[in-house]
Amino acid sequence: MRQENTAPTAAGISRLGLGRRLRLGERVIEGWILLAGLLAIIVLLGIVFILVKEGLPIFAHTPPWEFLFGTSWYPVSDPPTFGIAPFFVATLMITLIATAVAVPIGVACAAYLSEVAPRRVSEAAKPVIELLAGIPSVMMGFIGLALLSPFVQSLFNLNTGLCGLTAAIMLSMMSLPIIVSVSEDALRAVPQEFKEASYALGATKWETVWHVCIPSALSGIAAAVMLGVGRAIGETMTVLMVAGGALAVPVSPTDPMTTMTAAIASGIGNAVRGGLQYQAVFAVGLILFILTLAVNIIAERVLERQKRKFAR
Amino acid sequence: MIATTLALTTCTGGTTLTNGGSGLSGSFKIIGSNTVTPLSSIWAEEFMNDNPGVSISVSGPGSGVGIAALIDGTTDICQASRLIRSSEIEQAQANGVDPYEIQVATDALSVVVNPANPVSELTIAQLSGIYTNQITNWKEVGGTDTPIVAIARDTNSGTHVFFKEHVVQMAGLATADKTLEYGNKVLQLPSTEEGVSQVAGNPNAIFYAGLGYVNDEVKTIAVKRTADDAGVQPSVATALDGSYPVARPLVYYTDGMPQGVIKDYIDYCLSATGQEEVVAIGFVPLAH
Repeated sequence: MRQENTAPTAAGISRLGLGRRLRLGERVIEGWILLAGLLAIIVLLGIVFILVKEGLPIFAHTPPWEFLFGTSWYPVSDPPTFGIAPFFVATLMITLIATAVAVPIGVACAAYLSEVAPRRVSEAAKPVIELLAGIPSVMMGFIGLALLSPFVQSLFNLNTGLCGLTAAIMLSMMSLPIIVSVSEDALRAVPQEFKEASYALGATKWETVWHVCIPSALSGIAAAVMLGVGRAIGETMTVLMVAGGALAVPVSPTDPMTTMTAAIASGIGNAVRGGLQYQAVFAVGLILFILTLAVNIIAERVLERQKRKFAR
Repeated sequence: MIATTLALTTCTGGTTLTNGGSGLSGSFKIIGSNTVTPLSSIWAEEFMNDNPGVSISVSGPGSGVGIAALIDGTTDICQASRLIRSSEIEQAQANGVDPYEIQVATDALSVVVNPANPVSELTIAQLSGIYTNQITNWKEVGGTDTPIVAIARDTNSGTHVFFKEHVVQMAGLATADKTLEYGNKVLQLPSTEEGVSQVAGNPNAIFYAGLGYVNDEVKTIAVKRTADDAGVQPSVATALDGSYPVARPLVYYTDGMPQGVIKDYIDYCLSATGQEEVVAIGFVPLAH
Protein backbone atom coordinates (compact mmCIF):
# COMPACT_ATOMS: atom_id res chain seq x y z
CA MET A 1 0.00 0.00 0.00
CA ARG A 2 2.66 2.43 1.10
CA GLN A 3 4.76 1.54 -1.90
CA GLU A 4 1.98 2.57 -4.26
CA ASN A 5 1.54 5.88 -2.44
CA THR A 6 5.22 6.78 -2.62
CA ALA A 7 5.50 5.97 -6.33
CA PRO A 8 2.09 6.52 -7.82
CA THR A 9 3.35 7.13 -11.35
CA ALA A 10 5.51 4.07 -11.76
CA ALA A 11 3.18 1.44 -13.07
CA GLY A 12 5.96 -1.14 -13.03
CA ILE A 13 6.57 -0.77 -9.30
CA SER A 14 2.85 -0.86 -8.69
CA ARG A 15 2.64 -4.13 -10.58
CA LEU A 16 5.59 -5.39 -8.59
CA GLY A 17 3.79 -4.45 -5.36
CA LEU A 18 0.67 -6.22 -6.52
CA GLY A 19 2.75 -9.26 -7.33
CA ARG A 20 4.42 -9.20 -3.95
CA ARG A 21 1.07 -8.89 -2.24
CA LEU A 22 -0.26 -11.79 -4.27
CA ARG A 23 2.76 -13.86 -3.34
CA LEU A 24 2.25 -13.02 0.34
CA GLY A 25 -1.46 -13.80 0.10
CA GLU A 26 -0.65 -17.03 -1.63
CA ARG A 27 1.74 -18.00 1.11
CA VAL A 28 -0.90 -17.28 3.77
CA ILE A 29 -3.44 -19.36 1.90
CA GLU A 30 -0.95 -22.16 1.32
CA GLY A 31 -0.19 -22.18 5.03
CA TRP A 32 -3.89 -22.21 5.83
CA ILE A 33 -4.55 -25.14 3.51
CA LEU A 34 -1.58 -27.03 4.93
CA LEU A 35 -2.95 -26.43 8.42
CA ALA A 36 -6.40 -27.62 7.40
CA GLY A 37 -4.91 -30.76 5.85
CA LEU A 38 -2.80 -31.44 8.91
CA LEU A 39 -5.76 -30.79 11.21
CA ALA A 40 -7.80 -33.54 9.52
CA ILE A 41 -4.89 -35.96 10.02
CA ILE A 42 -4.33 -34.82 13.62
CA VAL A 43 -8.03 -35.29 14.45
CA LEU A 44 -7.97 -38.75 12.85
CA LEU A 45 -4.84 -39.76 14.75
CA GLY A 46 -6.35 -38.34 17.94
CA ILE A 47 -9.47 -40.47 17.48
CA VAL A 48 -7.40 -43.60 16.84
CA PHE A 49 -5.25 -42.83 19.87
CA ILE A 50 -8.26 -42.38 22.17
CA LEU A 51 -9.98 -45.51 20.84
CA VAL A 52 -6.83 -47.58 21.41
CA LYS A 53 -6.03 -46.03 24.79
CA GLU A 54 -9.55 -46.43 26.21
CA GLY A 55 -10.47 -49.65 24.43
CA LEU A 56 -7.40 -51.89 24.62
CA PRO A 57 -7.38 -52.34 28.45
CA ILE A 58 -10.58 -54.43 28.18
CA PHE A 59 -8.50 -57.23 26.65
CA ALA A 60 -6.83 -57.68 30.04
CA HIS A 61 -10.29 -58.59 31.40
CA THR A 62 -11.68 -60.41 28.36
CA PRO A 63 -9.14 -61.96 25.94
CA PRO A 64 -9.53 -60.61 22.36
CA TRP A 65 -10.66 -64.00 21.10
CA GLU A 66 -13.50 -64.18 23.65
CA PHE A 67 -14.39 -60.53 23.07
CA LEU A 68 -14.74 -61.01 19.31
CA PHE A 69 -16.38 -64.44 19.28
CA GLY A 70 -18.21 -64.45 22.61
CA THR A 71 -21.96 -64.51 22.19
CA SER A 72 -23.15 -63.03 25.47
CA TRP A 73 -23.10 -59.33 26.36
CA TYR A 74 -24.09 -58.59 29.94
CA PRO A 75 -22.29 -55.31 30.78
CA VAL A 76 -24.23 -54.50 33.97
CA SER A 77 -24.09 -57.97 35.52
CA ASP A 78 -21.73 -59.02 38.24
CA PRO A 79 -19.29 -60.20 36.92
CA PRO A 80 -19.92 -58.65 33.49
CA THR A 81 -19.35 -60.58 30.26
CA PHE A 82 -18.45 -58.93 26.98
CA GLY A 83 -18.89 -60.86 23.73
CA ILE A 84 -19.64 -58.86 20.59
CA ALA A 85 -20.29 -61.62 18.02
CA PRO A 86 -24.06 -60.85 17.97
CA PHE A 87 -23.40 -57.15 17.19
CA PHE A 88 -20.79 -57.97 14.56
CA VAL A 89 -23.10 -60.36 12.72
CA ALA A 90 -26.01 -57.90 13.01
CA THR A 91 -23.95 -55.03 11.58
CA LEU A 92 -22.76 -57.16 8.64
CA MET A 93 -26.25 -58.51 7.96
CA ILE A 94 -28.01 -55.14 8.07
CA THR A 95 -25.30 -53.40 6.01
CA LEU A 96 -25.31 -56.12 3.34
CA ILE A 97 -29.09 -56.06 2.96
CA ALA A 98 -29.25 -52.26 2.96
CA THR A 99 -26.56 -52.12 0.27
CA ALA A 100 -28.15 -54.88 -1.79
CA VAL A 101 -31.44 -52.95 -1.79
CA ALA A 102 -30.02 -49.46 -2.28
CA VAL A 103 -27.37 -50.00 -4.97
CA PRO A 104 -29.49 -51.36 -7.85
CA ILE A 105 -32.22 -48.80 -7.18
CA GLY A 106 -29.73 -45.97 -6.71
CA VAL A 107 -27.66 -46.70 -9.82
CA ALA A 108 -30.77 -47.26 -11.94
CA CYS A 109 -32.18 -43.98 -10.69
CA ALA A 110 -28.90 -42.21 -11.48
CA ALA A 111 -28.81 -43.74 -14.98
CA TYR A 112 -32.37 -42.58 -15.56
CA LEU A 113 -31.64 -39.05 -14.38
CA SER A 114 -28.44 -38.65 -16.36
CA GLU A 115 -29.20 -40.55 -19.58
CA VAL A 116 -32.94 -40.97 -20.04
CA ALA A 117 -34.91 -38.26 -18.28
CA PRO A 118 -35.55 -34.95 -20.03
CA ARG A 119 -33.31 -32.22 -18.68
CA ARG A 120 -36.20 -30.45 -16.96
CA VAL A 121 -37.25 -33.62 -15.11
CA SER A 122 -33.75 -34.45 -13.91
CA GLU A 123 -33.12 -30.88 -12.80
CA ALA A 124 -36.31 -30.96 -10.75
CA ALA A 125 -35.86 -34.49 -9.40
CA LYS A 126 -32.26 -34.34 -8.19
CA PRO A 127 -32.76 -31.70 -5.47
CA VAL A 128 -35.83 -33.58 -4.27
CA ILE A 129 -33.81 -36.80 -3.95
CA GLU A 130 -31.02 -34.94 -2.19
CA LEU A 131 -33.62 -33.55 0.21
CA LEU A 132 -34.18 -37.15 1.38
CA ALA A 133 -30.62 -37.10 2.75
CA GLY A 134 -31.56 -34.16 4.98
CA ILE A 135 -34.24 -36.04 6.92
CA PRO A 136 -32.90 -36.54 10.47
CA SER A 137 -32.25 -40.18 11.33
CA VAL A 138 -34.55 -40.01 14.34
CA MET A 139 -37.41 -39.14 11.93
CA MET A 140 -36.50 -42.16 9.82
CA GLY A 141 -36.65 -44.17 13.05
CA PHE A 142 -40.16 -42.92 13.75
CA ILE A 143 -41.26 -43.73 10.22
CA GLY A 144 -39.76 -47.20 10.64
CA LEU A 145 -41.57 -47.69 13.95
CA ALA A 146 -44.94 -46.33 12.87
CA LEU A 147 -45.21 -47.43 9.23
CA LEU A 148 -42.63 -49.99 8.14
CA SER A 149 -42.40 -52.30 11.16
CA PRO A 150 -46.15 -53.19 11.23
CA PHE A 151 -45.95 -53.75 7.46
CA VAL A 152 -42.89 -56.03 7.70
CA GLN A 153 -44.52 -57.86 10.62
CA SER A 154 -47.69 -58.68 8.67
CA LEU A 155 -45.87 -59.33 5.37
CA PHE A 156 -43.58 -62.02 6.81
CA ASN A 157 -46.01 -63.06 9.57
CA LEU A 158 -43.47 -62.27 12.28
CA ASN A 159 -43.88 -61.99 16.05
CA THR A 160 -42.57 -58.46 15.96
CA GLY A 161 -41.79 -55.97 13.20
CA LEU A 162 -38.78 -54.66 15.10
CA CYS A 163 -36.08 -56.63 13.29
CA GLY A 164 -32.94 -56.38 11.19
CA LEU A 165 -34.87 -56.32 7.93
CA THR A 166 -36.90 -53.26 8.96
CA ALA A 167 -33.69 -51.48 9.95
CA ALA A 168 -31.99 -52.49 6.69
CA ILE A 169 -34.85 -51.15 4.57
CA MET A 170 -34.80 -47.83 6.46
CA LEU A 171 -31.01 -47.66 6.04
CA SER A 172 -31.27 -48.37 2.32
CA MET A 173 -33.62 -45.39 2.01
CA MET A 174 -31.13 -43.26 3.94
CA SER A 175 -28.16 -44.22 1.76
CA LEU A 176 -30.14 -43.95 -1.49
CA PRO A 177 -29.75 -40.17 -1.93
CA ILE A 178 -25.94 -40.35 -1.59
CA ILE A 179 -25.73 -43.22 -4.07
CA VAL A 180 -28.02 -41.49 -6.58
CA SER A 181 -26.35 -38.12 -6.30
CA VAL A 182 -22.72 -39.28 -6.55
CA SER A 183 -23.37 -41.88 -9.29
CA GLU A 184 -25.36 -39.37 -11.32
CA ASP A 185 -22.43 -36.96 -11.22
CA ALA A 186 -20.10 -39.79 -12.30
CA LEU A 187 -22.40 -40.77 -15.19
CA ARG A 188 -22.68 -37.15 -16.34
CA ALA A 189 -18.88 -36.94 -16.41
CA VAL A 190 -18.68 -39.73 -19.04
CA PRO A 191 -17.42 -37.97 -22.22
CA GLN A 192 -20.06 -37.35 -24.88
CA GLU A 193 -17.76 -38.97 -27.51
CA PHE A 194 -18.04 -42.37 -25.80
CA LYS A 195 -21.81 -42.33 -26.12
CA GLU A 196 -21.71 -40.97 -29.65
CA ALA A 197 -19.28 -43.70 -30.66
CA SER A 198 -21.59 -46.27 -29.15
CA TYR A 199 -24.64 -44.91 -30.97
CA ALA A 200 -22.61 -44.75 -34.18
CA LEU A 201 -22.01 -48.48 -33.87
CA GLY A 202 -25.75 -48.97 -33.77
CA ALA A 203 -26.10 -49.60 -30.04
CA THR A 204 -29.46 -48.88 -28.45
CA LYS A 205 -29.85 -46.51 -25.51
CA TRP A 206 -29.99 -49.42 -23.07
CA GLU A 207 -26.84 -51.00 -24.56
CA THR A 208 -25.07 -47.65 -24.37
CA VAL A 209 -26.00 -47.13 -20.72
CA TRP A 210 -25.15 -50.71 -19.72
CA HIS A 211 -21.99 -51.29 -21.77
CA VAL A 212 -20.52 -47.79 -22.07
CA CYS A 213 -21.79 -45.30 -19.49
CA ILE A 214 -21.85 -47.49 -16.36
CA PRO A 215 -18.44 -49.17 -17.01
CA SER A 216 -16.75 -45.83 -17.68
CA ALA A 217 -18.35 -44.25 -14.60
CA LEU A 218 -17.59 -47.32 -12.49
CA SER A 219 -15.00 -45.66 -10.26
CA GLY A 220 -17.47 -42.91 -9.40
CA ILE A 221 -20.28 -45.41 -8.87
CA ALA A 222 -18.03 -47.53 -6.64
CA ALA A 223 -17.25 -44.43 -4.60
CA ALA A 224 -21.00 -43.79 -4.32
CA VAL A 225 -21.58 -47.35 -3.16
CA MET A 226 -18.81 -47.05 -0.57
CA LEU A 227 -20.34 -43.84 0.77
CA GLY A 228 -23.66 -45.66 1.00
CA VAL A 229 -22.07 -48.60 2.84
CA GLY A 230 -20.36 -46.16 5.19
CA ARG A 231 -23.67 -44.52 5.98
CA ALA A 232 -25.29 -47.91 6.62
CA ILE A 233 -22.50 -49.18 8.91
CA GLY A 234 -22.34 -45.97 10.91
CA GLU A 235 -26.04 -45.15 11.28
CA THR A 236 -27.09 -45.46 14.91
CA MET A 237 -30.38 -43.83 15.87
CA THR A 238 -32.57 -45.58 13.30
CA VAL A 239 -31.20 -49.05 14.06
CA LEU A 240 -31.42 -48.41 17.79
CA MET A 241 -35.12 -47.66 17.37
CA VAL A 242 -36.22 -50.30 14.86
CA ALA A 243 -33.76 -53.22 14.90
CA GLY A 244 -35.31 -54.72 18.07
CA GLY A 245 -32.31 -54.79 20.40
CA ALA A 246 -32.15 -58.54 21.09
CA LEU A 247 -28.77 -59.91 22.18
CA ALA A 248 -28.88 -63.27 20.37
CA VAL A 249 -26.63 -63.89 17.35
CA PRO A 250 -29.06 -63.20 14.49
CA VAL A 251 -29.75 -66.18 12.23
CA SER A 252 -32.28 -64.59 9.90
CA PRO A 253 -32.75 -60.95 8.86
CA THR A 254 -36.19 -61.10 10.45
CA ASP A 255 -34.69 -61.64 13.94
CA PRO A 256 -34.55 -58.69 16.34
CA MET A 257 -30.90 -57.68 16.68
CA THR A 258 -28.44 -55.09 18.01
CA THR A 259 -25.77 -53.58 15.78
CA MET A 260 -22.35 -52.42 16.97
CA THR A 261 -23.41 -48.77 16.77
CA ALA A 262 -26.59 -49.46 18.77
CA ALA A 263 -24.56 -51.35 21.38
CA ILE A 264 -22.23 -48.36 21.73
CA ALA A 265 -25.11 -45.89 21.98
CA SER A 266 -27.02 -47.88 24.56
CA GLY A 267 -23.89 -48.72 26.56
CA ILE A 268 -21.85 -45.53 26.76
CA GLY A 269 -24.36 -43.56 28.84
CA ASN A 270 -24.19 -45.61 32.01
CA ALA A 271 -20.51 -46.49 31.65
CA VAL A 272 -18.37 -44.84 34.30
CA ARG A 273 -15.14 -43.35 32.87
CA GLY A 274 -12.39 -45.92 32.93
CA GLY A 275 -14.68 -48.74 34.10
CA LEU A 276 -14.88 -52.14 32.39
CA GLN A 277 -18.05 -51.29 30.45
CA TYR A 278 -16.47 -48.02 29.30
CA GLN A 279 -13.44 -49.88 28.00
CA ALA A 280 -15.62 -52.53 26.34
CA VAL A 281 -17.70 -49.89 24.54
CA PHE A 282 -14.53 -48.16 23.28
CA ALA A 283 -13.22 -51.52 22.11
CA VAL A 284 -16.44 -52.00 20.12
CA GLY A 285 -15.79 -48.56 18.62
CA LEU A 286 -12.22 -49.57 17.79
CA ILE A 287 -13.44 -52.70 16.00
CA LEU A 288 -16.08 -50.68 14.14
CA PHE A 289 -13.30 -48.30 13.06
CA ILE A 290 -11.12 -51.19 11.84
CA LEU A 291 -14.13 -52.59 9.98
CA THR A 292 -14.82 -49.35 8.11
CA LEU A 293 -11.10 -48.94 7.42
CA ALA A 294 -11.01 -52.44 5.91
CA VAL A 295 -14.06 -51.65 3.76
CA ASN A 296 -12.34 -48.50 2.50
CA ILE A 297 -9.05 -50.28 1.75
CA ILE A 298 -10.82 -53.07 -0.14
CA ALA A 299 -12.83 -50.48 -2.07
CA GLU A 300 -9.63 -48.61 -2.94
CA ARG A 301 -8.07 -51.84 -4.27
CA VAL A 302 -11.14 -52.64 -6.35
CA LEU A 303 -11.18 -49.11 -7.71
CA GLU A 304 -7.48 -49.29 -8.68
CA ARG A 305 -8.05 -52.54 -10.52
CA GLN A 306 -11.07 -51.14 -12.33
CA LYS A 307 -9.13 -48.03 -13.29
CA ARG A 308 -6.29 -50.08 -14.73
CA LYS A 309 -8.78 -52.23 -16.62
CA PHE A 310 -10.33 -49.20 -18.27
CA ALA A 311 -7.10 -47.28 -18.73
CA ARG A 312 -6.16 -46.96 -22.37
CA MET B 1 -34.11 -42.56 21.12
CA ILE B 2 -31.89 -41.25 23.87
CA ALA B 3 -32.06 -37.76 22.43
CA THR B 4 -35.80 -37.80 21.99
CA THR B 5 -36.53 -38.97 25.50
CA LEU B 6 -34.66 -36.06 26.96
CA ALA B 7 -37.49 -34.20 28.60
CA LEU B 8 -35.70 -30.91 28.80
CA THR B 9 -37.73 -28.51 30.81
CA THR B 10 -37.04 -25.13 29.35
CA CYS B 11 -35.89 -22.58 31.83
CA THR B 12 -38.31 -19.73 32.16
CA GLY B 13 -36.33 -17.37 30.05
CA GLY B 14 -36.78 -13.63 30.15
CA THR B 15 -38.00 -13.49 33.70
CA THR B 16 -36.53 -10.80 35.84
CA LEU B 17 -36.18 -10.86 39.57
CA THR B 18 -38.33 -7.73 39.87
CA ASN B 19 -41.63 -9.61 39.54
CA GLY B 20 -41.62 -10.83 43.09
CA GLY B 21 -40.80 -14.46 43.80
CA SER B 22 -38.80 -15.80 46.67
CA GLY B 23 -35.51 -14.29 45.63
CA LEU B 24 -34.02 -17.75 45.15
CA SER B 25 -31.73 -18.03 42.18
CA GLY B 26 -29.40 -20.55 40.63
CA SER B 27 -29.46 -23.35 38.10
CA PHE B 28 -28.90 -27.07 38.40
CA LYS B 29 -29.24 -30.31 36.46
CA ILE B 30 -31.20 -33.49 37.11
CA ILE B 31 -30.04 -36.49 35.06
CA GLY B 32 -31.03 -40.13 35.24
CA SER B 33 -34.06 -42.38 35.23
CA ASN B 34 -36.46 -42.40 32.30
CA THR B 35 -39.14 -43.54 34.79
CA VAL B 36 -38.71 -40.57 37.15
CA THR B 37 -38.42 -37.97 34.34
CA PRO B 38 -42.16 -37.08 34.06
CA LEU B 39 -42.24 -36.49 37.82
CA SER B 40 -39.05 -34.43 37.97
CA SER B 41 -40.21 -32.38 34.97
CA ILE B 42 -43.46 -31.38 36.70
CA TRP B 43 -41.66 -30.59 39.95
CA ALA B 44 -39.04 -28.55 38.11
CA GLU B 45 -41.70 -26.60 36.17
CA GLU B 46 -43.70 -25.83 39.30
CA PHE B 47 -40.60 -24.89 41.26
CA MET B 48 -39.40 -22.59 38.47
CA ASN B 49 -42.86 -20.95 38.28
CA ASP B 50 -42.67 -20.18 41.99
CA ASN B 51 -39.02 -19.11 41.83
CA PRO B 52 -38.36 -17.23 38.57
CA GLY B 53 -34.66 -16.90 39.36
CA VAL B 54 -34.10 -20.66 39.28
CA SER B 55 -33.53 -22.76 36.17
CA ILE B 56 -33.56 -26.55 36.26
CA SER B 57 -32.87 -28.92 33.39
CA VAL B 58 -34.16 -32.49 33.51
CA SER B 59 -33.07 -35.32 31.24
CA GLY B 60 -33.92 -39.01 31.41
CA PRO B 61 -31.66 -41.38 29.48
CA GLY B 62 -31.69 -43.97 32.29
CA SER B 63 -30.74 -44.45 35.95
CA GLY B 64 -27.37 -45.92 35.00
CA VAL B 65 -26.53 -42.77 33.05
CA GLY B 66 -27.53 -40.62 36.03
CA ILE B 67 -25.41 -42.62 38.47
CA ALA B 68 -22.44 -42.51 36.07
CA ALA B 69 -22.93 -38.73 35.81
CA LEU B 70 -23.05 -38.41 39.61
CA ILE B 71 -19.81 -40.40 39.91
CA ASP B 72 -18.17 -38.27 37.20
CA GLY B 73 -19.47 -35.09 38.86
CA THR B 74 -21.39 -33.94 35.78
CA THR B 75 -24.83 -33.70 37.40
CA ASP B 76 -26.18 -31.97 40.51
CA ILE B 77 -29.00 -34.42 41.16
CA CYS B 78 -29.17 -38.01 39.92
CA GLN B 79 -32.71 -39.37 39.63
CA ALA B 80 -32.87 -43.16 39.85
CA SER B 81 -35.43 -45.96 39.77
CA ARG B 82 -33.02 -48.39 41.42
CA LEU B 83 -30.73 -48.06 44.42
CA ILE B 84 -27.04 -47.33 43.93
CA ARG B 85 -24.82 -50.41 44.20
CA SER B 86 -21.97 -50.80 46.65
CA SER B 87 -19.51 -51.02 43.73
CA GLU B 88 -20.86 -47.70 42.42
CA ILE B 89 -20.54 -46.11 45.88
CA GLU B 90 -16.88 -47.22 45.94
CA GLN B 91 -16.29 -45.70 42.49
CA ALA B 92 -17.95 -42.47 43.63
CA GLN B 93 -15.87 -42.25 46.78
CA ALA B 94 -12.72 -42.89 44.74
CA ASN B 95 -13.73 -39.79 42.73
CA GLY B 96 -14.37 -37.76 45.90
CA VAL B 97 -18.17 -37.94 45.53
CA ASP B 98 -20.32 -38.91 48.50
CA PRO B 99 -23.73 -40.18 47.23
CA TYR B 100 -26.59 -39.00 49.49
CA GLU B 101 -29.90 -40.81 49.00
CA ILE B 102 -33.36 -39.21 49.27
CA GLN B 103 -36.48 -41.24 48.45
CA VAL B 104 -38.94 -38.96 46.62
CA ALA B 105 -41.74 -41.38 45.66
CA THR B 106 -42.59 -45.05 45.24
CA ASP B 107 -43.42 -46.94 42.05
CA ALA B 108 -45.37 -50.11 41.48
CA LEU B 109 -43.42 -51.63 38.56
CA SER B 110 -46.26 -52.77 36.32
CA VAL B 111 -46.19 -55.69 33.91
CA VAL B 112 -48.28 -54.86 30.85
CA VAL B 113 -49.72 -56.86 27.95
CA ASN B 114 -52.04 -56.09 25.06
CA PRO B 115 -55.72 -55.80 26.11
CA ALA B 116 -56.53 -58.62 23.65
CA ASN B 117 -54.34 -61.01 25.64
CA PRO B 118 -56.52 -63.28 27.86
CA VAL B 119 -53.73 -63.77 30.44
CA SER B 120 -54.52 -61.66 33.51
CA GLU B 121 -52.16 -62.91 36.22
CA LEU B 122 -48.63 -64.32 36.37
CA THR B 123 -46.35 -65.52 39.15
CA ILE B 124 -42.88 -64.06 39.53
CA ALA B 125 -41.46 -67.47 38.57
CA GLN B 126 -43.50 -67.39 35.34
CA LEU B 127 -42.29 -63.84 34.57
CA SER B 128 -38.74 -65.00 35.19
CA GLY B 129 -39.32 -67.90 32.79
CA ILE B 130 -40.68 -65.54 30.14
CA TYR B 131 -37.75 -63.11 30.44
CA THR B 132 -35.12 -65.87 30.43
CA ASN B 133 -36.73 -67.35 27.27
CA GLN B 134 -37.61 -70.57 29.14
CA ILE B 135 -41.32 -69.91 28.53
CA THR B 136 -41.87 -68.92 24.90
CA ASN B 137 -45.57 -69.55 24.27
CA TRP B 138 -48.56 -67.89 25.94
CA LYS B 139 -50.35 -71.27 26.28
CA GLU B 140 -47.71 -72.31 28.87
CA VAL B 141 -49.07 -69.62 31.20
CA GLY B 142 -52.76 -70.10 30.45
CA GLY B 143 -53.07 -68.02 27.30
CA THR B 144 -53.61 -68.71 23.62
CA ASP B 145 -51.22 -70.76 21.47
CA THR B 146 -49.12 -67.80 20.31
CA PRO B 147 -45.44 -66.97 20.79
CA ILE B 148 -44.42 -64.52 23.52
CA VAL B 149 -42.59 -61.34 22.48
CA ALA B 150 -40.75 -60.33 25.65
CA ILE B 151 -39.72 -56.67 25.69
CA ALA B 152 -37.34 -55.08 28.18
CA ARG B 153 -35.53 -51.75 28.58
CA ASP B 154 -31.84 -51.48 27.63
CA THR B 155 -28.98 -51.61 30.14
CA ASN B 156 -29.02 -47.82 30.67
CA SER B 157 -32.27 -48.28 32.54
CA GLY B 158 -32.71 -48.65 36.29
CA THR B 159 -35.94 -50.48 35.55
CA HIS B 160 -33.94 -53.03 33.52
CA VAL B 161 -31.67 -53.67 36.51
CA PHE B 162 -34.46 -53.60 39.13
CA PHE B 163 -36.57 -56.04 37.10
CA LYS B 164 -33.58 -58.32 36.58
CA GLU B 165 -32.80 -58.50 40.29
CA HIS B 166 -36.35 -58.73 41.65
CA VAL B 167 -38.18 -60.65 38.93
CA VAL B 168 -35.73 -62.45 36.60
CA GLN B 169 -33.47 -63.50 39.50
CA MET B 170 -36.48 -63.70 41.88
CA ALA B 171 -34.72 -61.95 44.79
CA GLY B 172 -36.34 -62.76 48.14
CA LEU B 173 -38.08 -65.92 46.94
CA ALA B 174 -37.16 -69.52 47.72
CA THR B 175 -36.36 -70.03 44.02
CA ALA B 176 -33.98 -67.03 43.89
CA ASP B 177 -31.06 -67.57 41.51
CA LYS B 178 -28.48 -64.81 41.09
CA THR B 179 -27.03 -66.40 37.96
CA LEU B 180 -30.16 -65.86 35.86
CA GLU B 181 -29.93 -63.22 33.09
CA TYR B 182 -32.34 -61.81 30.54
CA GLY B 183 -32.67 -64.28 27.64
CA ASN B 184 -30.92 -63.24 24.47
CA LYS B 185 -34.17 -63.18 22.48
CA VAL B 186 -35.62 -60.45 24.71
CA LEU B 187 -36.02 -57.16 22.86
CA GLN B 188 -34.20 -54.32 24.62
CA LEU B 189 -35.67 -50.95 23.72
CA PRO B 190 -34.20 -47.51 24.36
CA SER B 191 -37.28 -45.96 26.01
CA THR B 192 -40.32 -46.85 28.07
CA GLU B 193 -42.68 -45.05 25.66
CA GLU B 194 -41.53 -47.23 22.76
CA GLY B 195 -42.10 -50.43 24.75
CA VAL B 196 -45.60 -49.38 25.85
CA SER B 197 -46.55 -48.48 22.26
CA GLN B 198 -45.19 -51.82 21.01
CA VAL B 199 -47.41 -53.65 23.54
CA ALA B 200 -50.40 -51.51 22.50
CA GLY B 201 -49.88 -52.64 18.90
CA ASN B 202 -48.81 -56.27 19.39
CA PRO B 203 -51.17 -58.85 20.99
CA ASN B 204 -48.22 -61.18 21.78
CA ALA B 205 -45.99 -58.65 23.51
CA ILE B 206 -45.23 -58.23 27.21
CA PHE B 207 -43.32 -55.32 28.78
CA TYR B 208 -42.77 -53.66 32.14
CA ALA B 209 -43.10 -49.98 32.99
CA GLY B 210 -43.44 -47.61 35.90
CA LEU B 211 -47.06 -47.12 37.02
CA GLY B 212 -46.93 -43.56 35.66
CA TYR B 213 -46.46 -44.87 32.10
CA VAL B 214 -49.46 -47.24 32.13
CA ASN B 215 -52.30 -46.05 29.85
CA ASP B 216 -55.62 -47.34 28.52
CA GLU B 217 -54.03 -49.01 25.48
CA VAL B 218 -52.34 -51.67 27.60
CA LYS B 219 -53.53 -54.07 30.30
CA THR B 220 -51.73 -54.53 33.62
CA ILE B 221 -51.05 -58.05 34.87
CA ALA B 222 -51.83 -59.05 38.45
CA VAL B 223 -48.55 -60.31 39.91
CA LYS B 224 -48.46 -63.29 42.29
CA ARG B 225 -45.45 -63.74 44.56
CA THR B 226 -45.85 -67.53 44.35
CA ALA B 227 -48.52 -69.77 42.81
CA ASP B 228 -50.25 -70.00 46.22
CA ASP B 229 -50.60 -66.24 46.71
CA ALA B 230 -53.40 -64.11 45.31
CA GLY B 231 -52.68 -61.95 42.26
CA VAL B 232 -52.24 -58.25 43.08
CA GLN B 233 -52.87 -55.47 40.55
CA PRO B 234 -50.35 -52.61 40.62
CA SER B 235 -51.88 -49.46 42.10
CA VAL B 236 -51.15 -46.66 44.55
CA ALA B 237 -53.06 -48.55 47.28
CA THR B 238 -51.36 -51.92 46.79
CA ALA B 239 -47.91 -50.31 46.66
CA LEU B 240 -48.61 -48.32 49.84
CA ASP B 241 -49.88 -51.30 51.84
CA GLY B 242 -46.97 -53.43 50.63
CA SER B 243 -49.09 -56.14 49.01
CA TYR B 244 -47.82 -55.51 45.46
CA PRO B 245 -44.67 -57.65 45.10
CA VAL B 246 -42.59 -55.44 42.78
CA ALA B 247 -42.85 -51.98 44.31
CA ARG B 248 -39.65 -49.93 44.39
CA PRO B 249 -38.42 -46.58 45.65
CA LEU B 250 -37.78 -43.68 43.28
CA VAL B 251 -34.83 -41.75 44.61
CA TYR B 252 -32.66 -38.67 44.17
CA TYR B 253 -28.91 -38.82 44.79
CA THR B 254 -26.83 -35.74 45.53
CA ASP B 255 -23.14 -35.32 46.35
CA GLY B 256 -23.36 -35.01 50.13
CA MET B 257 -26.35 -33.42 51.91
CA PRO B 258 -28.20 -31.12 49.50
CA GLN B 259 -27.44 -27.44 50.07
CA GLY B 260 -28.84 -24.06 49.00
CA VAL B 261 -31.31 -23.99 46.15
CA ILE B 262 -31.08 -27.76 45.60
CA LYS B 263 -32.16 -28.32 49.20
CA ASP B 264 -35.11 -25.93 48.70
CA TYR B 265 -36.11 -27.82 45.57
CA ILE B 266 -35.97 -31.23 47.28
CA ASP B 267 -37.89 -29.86 50.29
CA TYR B 268 -40.57 -28.76 47.82
CA CYS B 269 -40.63 -32.26 46.23
CA LEU B 270 -41.13 -33.87 49.64
CA SER B 271 -43.76 -31.33 50.77
CA ALA B 272 -47.50 -32.06 50.68
CA THR B 273 -47.92 -30.03 47.44
CA GLY B 274 -44.97 -31.82 45.85
CA GLN B 275 -46.39 -35.21 46.79
CA GLU B 276 -49.75 -34.24 45.23
CA GLU B 277 -47.92 -34.09 41.89
CA VAL B 278 -46.72 -37.66 42.49
CA VAL B 279 -50.34 -38.82 42.61
CA ALA B 280 -51.25 -36.72 39.56
CA ILE B 281 -48.47 -38.35 37.49
CA GLY B 282 -49.61 -41.81 38.57
CA PHE B 283 -46.84 -42.78 40.98
CA VAL B 284 -47.19 -43.62 44.67
CA PRO B 285 -46.59 -40.77 47.16
CA LEU B 286 -44.46 -41.22 50.25
CA ALA B 287 -46.47 -42.25 53.31
CA HIS B 288 -46.51 -39.31 55.72
